[in-house]
Amino acid sequence: MSAIVTGAAAPTTTATRRPRGGLLRAIMRNRKAMIGAGLLVLFVLLAAFPQLFVPGAHHDPQAIGDLPLQSPSGQHWLGTTGLGQDVYAQLIYSTRESLVIAVVAGAGATILSVLIGVSAAYLGGFADDGLSMLTDIFLVLPTFPLIIVLATYAGKGNLTVIIVVLILTGWSYGARQMRAQALSLRNRDFLESARVRGERSSYIIVVEVLPTMTSLIVANFLGAALYSVLTAAGLQFLGLGDPNSLSWGTMLYWAQNQGALVNGLPAWALSPGLAVALLGVSFALLNYAFDEISNPALRPVRRRRARSAS
Amino acid sequence: MRYLLRRLGFFVLTLWAAMTLNFFIPRLMPGSPEEALRERLSKGGSVVTAEQLRTVLAEFGFQPDKNIVLQYLEYLKAMVTGHWGVSIGSSLGVPVTTLISSALPWTLGLVGITTILAFALGTLIGTISGWRRGGLIDGIVPPVFIVTSALPYFWVALLFISLFAIGDHAILPNDFNYDQGLTPGFNGEFILSVVKHGILPAATILITAVGGWILTMRNNMITTLAEDYVRMARAKGIPSRRIMFGYAGRNAFLPNLSGFAMSLGFVISGTILVEYVFNYPGLGYMFYNATVSTDYPLLQSLFLLVTLAVLICVLLCDFAVFLLDPRARTKG
Repeated sequence: MSAIVTGAAAPTTTATRRPRGGLLRAIMRNRKAMIGAGLLVLFVLLAAFPQLFVPGAHHDPQAIGDLPLQSPSGQHWLGTTGLGQDVYAQLIYSTRESLVIAVVAGAGATILSVLIGVSAAYLGGFADDGLSMLTDIFLVLPTFPLIIVLATYAGKGNLTVIIVVLILTGWSYGARQMRAQALSLRNRDFLESARVRGERSSYIIVVEVLPTMTSLIVANFLGAALYSVLTAAGLQFLGLGDPNSLSWGTMLYWAQNQGALVNGLPAWALSPGLAVALLGVSFALLNYAFDEISNPALRPVRRRRARSAS
Repeated sequence: MRYLLRRLGFFVLTLWAAMTLNFFIPRLMPGSPEEALRERLSKGGSVVTAEQLRTVLAEFGFQPDKNIVLQYLEYLKAMVTGHWGVSIGSSLGVPVTTLISSALPWTLGLVGITTILAFALGTLIGTISGWRRGGLIDGIVPPVFIVTSALPYFWVALLFISLFAIGDHAILPNDFNYDQGLTPGFNGEFILSVVKHGILPAATILITAVGGWILTMRNNMITTLAEDYVRMARAKGIPSRRIMFGYAGRNAFLPNLSGFAMSLGFVISGTILVEYVFNYPGLGYMFYNATVSTDYPLLQSLFLLVTLAVLICVLLCDFAVFLLDPRARTKG
């Protein structure tokens, strides 16, 4: 099948099954993974219980105050917006929507790429050719412009539209990896024995193939979530989101619109972007750590080996 | 040879897919270009006759009464022959091609140079980092660039503006492509102004784009260094610099090259945001403006152009792989 990346090595994840808990232990031992996971847990807490992190006076983040465009102070930790809303409260309450977009769109894209990648590899023949071609096309189509075009036509501001568009444009990279991995599994003995036992294809895919691909699927989800966070924030920043929603991208949109930087309010202009960046970093760290876990060659080397290598 | 033909076939097919998407998206989505156009035309207070409306719409290739298949074929022909219609946005009636050609050089200059620079730098740093496994550089490189590759483009842009271009200590301009008081020309002052205005956008793209290439190159390098031919080269006593670039680097570079072509789409998306933040009058900024003013013909042409650019890069990379990798030549 035609491949864009003729030379690209498929990630050579070990296909052998690990004992249960091995994955978790590997994560615990990886510093990058721990930092990433810690950040993620913090964001989940913020999203679930924002009121715990915001002083009582600002529990309504959209409440319009009478002190617009304030610099950070004891009362307003990150200053106020052009409408006198508390920036810190908005920042904390925005976590929920941004996280939901990341997780839902990331999960959706991952499911789609598993479906398409694994069925392409498993079905083979014409179905494989067709699906792989589709994947390759979506891989090179410039997604962000496509998203902007779609979001413009489909009506601005709709959260569902944004998530659907993110899923439709974010699956292709994963699908290609899934296909490569599933192809390498196809002729393994344990699948052969399942076939000989007379199991149905759907059973083999779900029970035999997918569990061996766990680490790739997780890594893929993290990559897709990272992509979704950045893209959604970019879209909202450009004003293609719902201007009344509470999310980091929308906050950035308003900060840009009301000239936060020019008015000398860097805290307002930069803090939502920092939040996006931190969430992105947490996904990226976890993703990279998963690479290291599934490909032992990439793990940080110990000093002794390092000396002999150089 | 079959390899090249197949890549060429893929090129045509993907271009066709992009054009088809371009054709069907506006027709399947709610909100018709007709309404947007009528709104825009009558905004200036002038009365629009049905005749005028139809003419402009026909220019755009939108004839609702016609058979959809015929429309589609005509649209394809117009796109291929470069009849991309006229803008229905803020610069009403100006041919789309004129608008694009005024913005194209700026984007090509800014994004072209920075992307190639980022790729070259990323590959070099990645090679060195992967070579000295566990060395000082390799200890710093992965964590730092995992972080930079996850930063949103526009946030880095905003950060740079607040650091370098705002307030009393502003040392660099924060918008436009050159000092608007100057007349464009080939003189020192103008060139200096262009360079000064380009530094911050270029730095933004460079910093956010370079990380991905460093990390993939490093990982490829590590995988390649475990190969037998590298050990063989060492055993033969070939100088390590030559092993690093000529043996390991050359082979680790191939997947990175293909990755380069593919991640271009991502860079372009970042460019839209960067140009928007810096008011840099390139294609990305034009794309944003076309969105705001629902300028469908311009939007479609820009999308097509961006796709074409990415595809040409993919094709060029395919050729390069063909030249560099004997396996691609024989595999067919």
